[in-house]
Amino acid sequence: MSIRVDNIRKQFGSFVALDNVSLDFPTGELTALLGPSGCGKTTLLRIIAGLETADSGRVVLEGEDASSASVRERQVGFVFQHYALFKHMTVFDNVAFGLRMKPRAERPSEQQIAEKVHRLLDLVQLDWLADRFPSQLSGGQRQRIALARALAVEPRVLLLDEPFGALDAKVRKELRRWLRRLHDELHVTSIFVTHDQEEALEVADRVVLMNHGHVEQAGAPEEVYRHPSTPFGYSFLGAVNLFHGRVEGGAVRVGEDALPHDHSDLEHGAEVLAFARPHELDIITDTGSTEGVAARVSRILSFGVTARVELDGANGATGRHFEVELTRAEVTRIGLQEGQSVRLVPSRLKVFPKPEERPAAEPRR
Amino acid sequence: MAGATTLHAGTDRAARFESRAATREPGWVKWALIGVSLSFFALFLLLPLVAVFHEALKKGWDAYLAALTNPDALSAIKLTLTAAAIAVPLNLVFGVAAAWAIAKFDFRGKHLLITLIDLPFSVSPVVAGLIYVLVFGAHGWFGEWLIDNDIKVIFAVPGIVLATLFVTFPFVARELIPLMQAQGRDEEEAAIVLGANGWQTFWHVTLPNIKWGLLYGVVLCNARAMGEFGAVSVVSGHIRGETNTMPLHVEILYNEYQFAAAFAVASLLALLALVTLVIKTWIEHRAAADDVPPQESAPLASTT
Repeated sequence: MSIRVDNIRKQFGSFVALDNVSLDFPTGELTALLGPSGCGKTTLLRIIAGLETADSGRVVLEGEDASSASVRERQVGFVFQHYALFKHMTVFDNVAFGLRMKPRAERPSEQQIAEKVHRLLDLVQLDWLADRFPSQLSGGQRQRIALARALAVEPRVLLLDEPFGALDAKVRKELRRWLRRLHDELHVTSIFVTHDQEEALEVADRVVLMNHGHVEQAGAPEEVYRHPSTPFGYSFLGAVNLFHGRVEGGAVRVGEDALPHDHSDLEHGAEVLAFARPHELDIITDTGSTEGVAARVSRILSFGVTARVELDGANGATGRHFEVELTRAEVTRIGLQEGQSVRLVPSRLKVFPKPEERPAAEPRR
Repeated sequence: MAGATTLHAGTDRAARFESRAATREPGWVKWALIGVSLSFFALFLLLPLVAVFHEALKKGWDAYLAALTNPDALSAIKLTLTAAAIAVPLNLVFGVAAAWAIAKFDFRGKHLLITLIDLPFSVSPVVAGLIYVLVFGAHGWFGEWLIDNDIKVIFAVPGIVLATLFVTFPFVARELIPLMQAQGRDEEEAAIVLGANGWQTFWHVTLPNIKWGLLYGVVLCNARAMGEFGAVSVVSGHIRGETNTMPLHVEILYNEYQFAAAFAVASLLALLALVTLVIKTWIEHRAAADDVPPQESAPLASTT
């Protein structure tokens, strides 16, 4: 089922959680709402579910305005960050709950319920835990039971609120893959909220990046990652190097150094933010060169396939820190040493006019 | 309050407290503390209790039974049970409603409501009784109207029930509020999303989560309802065989120097207290058993 939200606005006191958000969620897709905490993503999810009402705007489910429909009428499945399993019921009773609460006329027989519950428990691969209580399960198991419970009533959409947020890193990674497989099997229109960019990029068909109650960008993970359309998008998705500077013709002047750029729409003298990913910076060891910006190698971390080089800015970029990713072979080839003075030349540079109202987004690691 | 579970957890912590060198006190401190509290307990709690039963049975079983089967005594027992039977269920409903409102909703005046719930604890029971006399008495606000319509509230059973209701109101609500606040709204939201209506959500999700706290509140509420003296005394009028509750009956007998009879009725109240304590302990035990996550006993490491 398709979901559309139109001009949703929601305010808590003086805090604007959602500022005229409009989005489309096509049928059968798994969409991630991604953003830092307080960006309004969970509020949006709860408004779609009907657990929260918007101050203005519409929620359209399958072409029908559902803004005033109650939670129950919307037939959504909701998975909570902290599982919200019924503590006093067994796993089986938890999953059967939605079916047993149906009006008598629609309620399946106990036998049908039992069959369905076992089928769902098989689906989440936890049938052997049917008689346990939630307190006897691990976090990952609980969340899978919560998912089975949500699926039992055959929801038209599945909404997941930071489903893996309360789990440790290893389990989170496993469940991520598992959720993706499950979605490929079921094809229920799903939206999940996360603040973990890796999770969003890895699992979702589409990523909606949110900040301060606005949608910053929406698109395929690859596209959102490769071509962020705002400075926020650049700094939020993955590690990034940021240069503050001013446009001077075909270059960005950073202190005493200049970085060439290929944007044609930038005004001369405009204050800009320039971004380059760690793998988009080349290190030049030739001290005579005047290309790029000057920096000093502070640390070389080479325990993976790739090596990460941390640098401190010199000249105009003093006090800034940079990060470059390159192969270990390359580090050996150019004979990089800690403390060495080098120059950084971006192979690709994305330049944005400096945003005025909000403080500039700092690069995030 | 939330006593049902907190008290029980103390035993574990005490063991840890004592086994660590940093917090271990010298032996004499330990024994002095235990000695002081035990002798206080014996002198001020146990001794009076023993005295009640001793005095009650002083003149033998026959006198004891005669005092209890006296028509006035039976009437007092009946009235006490009636008042409790009305006040406790009503306070159960009010208490759950108030706790629900406070824990699950946000509204203006919430703090005022929480403060008001405590009013019966902070105001003297005599004042509570006088309030009802002022409102419903012959010279009170509604006095004339009540007389015109031939309704008796003060010096009659309704007044006693009202006074009992007032003084016992906080027990259930106070027990439930912290419990329901701690549990949050997640499970209720989950139930509603799964298609349960309001009543189903309350019955299948909320109630099982609060049952021990609720029972605990009801037991305490009942004990106070049966034992209340001050407020009831003001509104009762002490009409023998009609508006005397057990505590009032005890006082009358005592004032008439019928000590054995007074203590016989008093022993019933003391027995009630003992039964209450037993039930309370049992609830605490059950609640603790429900609360202990059995994780340690079932290590289910595998997560995939």
